[in-house]
Amino acid sequence: MNYVEGPEIRDTKAPSGPIEERWDKRKFQARLVNPANRRKLHIIVVGTGLAGGSAAATLGELGYNVKSFCYQDSPRRAHSIAAQGGINAAKNYRGDGDSIYRLFYDTVKGGDFRARESNVYRLAQVSVNIIDQAVAQGVPFAREYGGLLDTRSFGGAQVSRTFYARGQTGQQLLLGAYQALERQIAAGTVQMFARHEMLDLIVSGGRARGIIVRDMVTGEIERHFADAVVLATGGYGNVFYLSTNAKGCNTTAIWRAHERGAYFANPCYTQIHPTCIPVSGEYQSKLTLMSESLRNDGRVWVPLRKGDNRAPGDIPEEERDYYLERIYPSFGNLVPRDIASRAAKNVCDEGRGVGPGGLGVYLDFSDAIRRLGREAVEKKYGNLFEMYERITGENPYEVPMRIYPAVHYTMGGLWVDYDLQSTIPGLFVIGEANFSDHGANRLGASALMQGLADGYFILPTTIGDYLADGPFGEVDEAAVEEAETKVRTRIDRLMSVNGSRTPDSFHRELGRIMWDYCGMERTEESLRKALDLIPSLREEFWRDVKVTGTAEELNQVLEKAGRVADFFDLAELMCLDALHRTESCGGHFRAESQDADGEALRDDENFAYVAAWEYSPDGTPILHKEPLEYEYVKMTQRSYK
Amino acid sequence: MNLTLKVWRQKGPEDPGRMVTYQVKDVSPDMSFLEMLDVLNERLILEGEDPIAFDHDCREGICGMCGMVINGVPHGEQKATTTCQLHMRHFEDGATITIEPWRAAPFPVIKDLVVDRSAFDRIIQAGGFISVPAGSAPDAHSIPVRKEDADAAFDAATCIGCGACVAACPNGSASLFVAAKITHLSLLPQGQPERLSRAKAMVEQMDAEGFGGCTNTGECTAVCPKGIPLDTIARMNADYLKANAK
Repeated sequence: MNYVEGPEIRDTKAPSGPIEERWDKRKFQARLVNPANRRKLHIIVVGTGLAGGSAAATLGELGYNVKSFCYQDSPRRAHSIAAQGGINAAKNYRGDGDSIYRLFYDTVKGGDFRARESNVYRLAQVSVNIIDQAVAQGVPFAREYGGLLDTRSFGGAQVSRTFYARGQTGQQLLLGAYQALERQIAAGTVQMFARHEMLDLIVSGGRARGIIVRDMVTGEIERHFADAVVLATGGYGNVFYLSTNAKGCNTTAIWRAHERGAYFANPCYTQIHPTCIPVSGEYQSKLTLMSESLRNDGRVWVPLRKGDNRAPGDIPEEERDYYLERIYPSFGNLVPRDIASRAAKNVCDEGRGVGPGGLGVYLDFSDAIRRLGREAVEKKYGNLFEMYERITGENPYEVPMRIYPAVHYTMGGLWVDYDLQSTIPGLFVIGEANFSDHGANRLGASALMQGLADGYFILPTTIGDYLADGPFGEVDEAAVEEAETKVRTRIDRLMSVNGSRTPDSFHRELGRIMWDYCGMERTEESLRKALDLIPSLREEFWRDVKVTGTAEELNQVLEKAGRVADFFDLAELMCLDALHRTESCGGHFRAESQDADGEALRDDENFAYVAAWEYSPDGTPILHKEPLEYEYVKMTQRSYK
Repeated sequence: MNLTLKVWRQKGPEDPGRMVTYQVKDVSPDMSFLEMLDVLNERLILEGEDPIAFDHDCREGICGMCGMVINGVPHGEQKATTTCQLHMRHFEDGATITIEPWRAAPFPVIKDLVVDRSAFDRIIQAGGFISVPAGSAPDAHSIPVRKEDADAAFDAATCIGCGACVAACPNGSASLFVAAKITHLSLLPQGQPERLSRAKAMVEQMDAEGFGGCTNTGECTAVCPKGIPLDTIARMNADYLKANAK
């Protein structure tokens, strides 16, 4: 797969001037839509997670006509619900020196200098409003005895700015957004379409004007029109088959928008989380995260000797390698996610991994239990230990946990400007589905912050500026016909192959290719190999996939097949992006680009840009570079030794 | 492990449905219950048969989408566990397992084990929220909340809306679901202004959806994967009575 280079992106619409005044400036310059006119404007929001749920609710509150779509049976199921740890906000309630500027600084640095300064600063500014909003909605955050909010510290920060609701922060924030959404549904401003899957974007007169969806219960293909379309459809980690994402998470909505002209930015930036429960067998359907907070007290180790099959308790202290403490004496077990993940991979590659298949390392709490007592450890981590035991059948109070890295989050996504608008006018992209704020590596507790910042506060302001020119009149019938025919043809094609392999078997094989060749460590050779294997697997898919039943009913095999088909195309672009970026940065580690100690080596001279890919029907993507400039945070190489 | 499964198959809402028996071989004890069904479904697809439809998404016990009645118990016999978190090591080799959908009139079957739970969303629409438009909130610390209240509100708020409580109740009551939300919001100072109107509207919507009344059998809390306590229902009833006395 080749690519060509197109013109650079020079204008992201971020206002100029001092960074702390830019968002205020934009808010003031954005045109307003008066309340009477809002009633005449229609907005489609796809996805009901933190970003989509909060956006649909807020737009409804403002008086727009909103249609909200999700593939689950209820908007409350979106996968934001599974986020455990917490949400960052620069409240400085601890008086420990936090500030908007510090959160901004930590996020730009944590993103390994591949995020936009203007966007990140705005995110830090808005973070404080999110906590206020959530508390007013009744989100039961953890509190101190004085009645005030509790916070904790998280990776990549030296202050305590993470607000949390036990290990279920995502659930509680999502239910807050969901309840706000249901309130608007009752008020009649939002119409809800659950069990509907978006299959294409309608572009008419150069504007995003609607979507084609499939009613997943009846199989009916429907057209929905609007003056603007918002995609809040989450990340694409399931391209790896095994990930911490929900089973239904997919790339279809953003990929179809990409095919319609929306640029896809930094697709190769993938976050691999170090502490997940390892794979137990071929049948494995998903991976479960164990909160990063466990690394506060657990010690990570593997046997010193290759192929040491003794039970962990039989391996004496001097024959263990606490490799994180050895390699990174100052941060020890608390190094950032990307570094911890790669170190685990390295020791397993050396043949020192533990558990079935040798793909695991120990996370040992015996020291903590000796030091603090079992009861104290139980208080802190009880629910996580229980979850681990439920899944593995092993008791982590007696036997060390086994953990291994797993795909968790995708920093890449559709390219958006400062207004969160894609390269298609009227198509806005929010939450994990866009690429905007995390650069090449996301810090813990920042995903919830970004989703809600986009949905409650940023999009509702910026979309008004676009809609001030609306309503945009009739949608071109030919454009609608074309999109609907494309969707129907594709479904017919999937139904008619009648081959000999299930969609899942292809998905598993694709995931294996991506994990092996475009996973934690990438090389030119591995990426070329993936780019070789993916097209032939895709060809086999279209020749040999088997979909049972009919398209006119609830058909989970058909749903799956359609999603897998899009993952092939995305996988190819991810590998191409990873191949062209010959530097290492954040979650993207190119083995050819490392320093003498084996740490990631950025190449700021050649790669300080966002890679925004334009779709080309002839199969040769066009790369547009958006140069990144750092006026406030000085670019430095990260060091955690 | 080798197992015999008796699974409810129903093509659509109009189909009367029936139990169908399947043999499943070489099941690993480390598989989750849904992974065991995945393996069976892969086989069915290759044999050209329609695989068993079931709802699922996060597969880590928090989204509330999965749920089936396993050997007569919603989510199976293991306590405080969703179907997706149930593992095969809790079953005997050679066992026969029956699998059925939630059975309750307000949860009509869509296909096989998939049911329509939109009634729950409509109950939340009736009043399961605090009315606070985005951008209108005061500083979070302007509303202190007693830790005990915050913790109790959290315990009620952990409800995942799976519907197991309804499936377990001999009356098909949704009281535990409704009471969990009412309790969550009524324990917090932010929830006070709408407290009574909320309880009244939600209880009335529950009745309108065709859910039965509560007779304190406690089956709901016994199967609840999040352990929502039964005393939330007393709180709901108290608020509902107060609302009607006004």
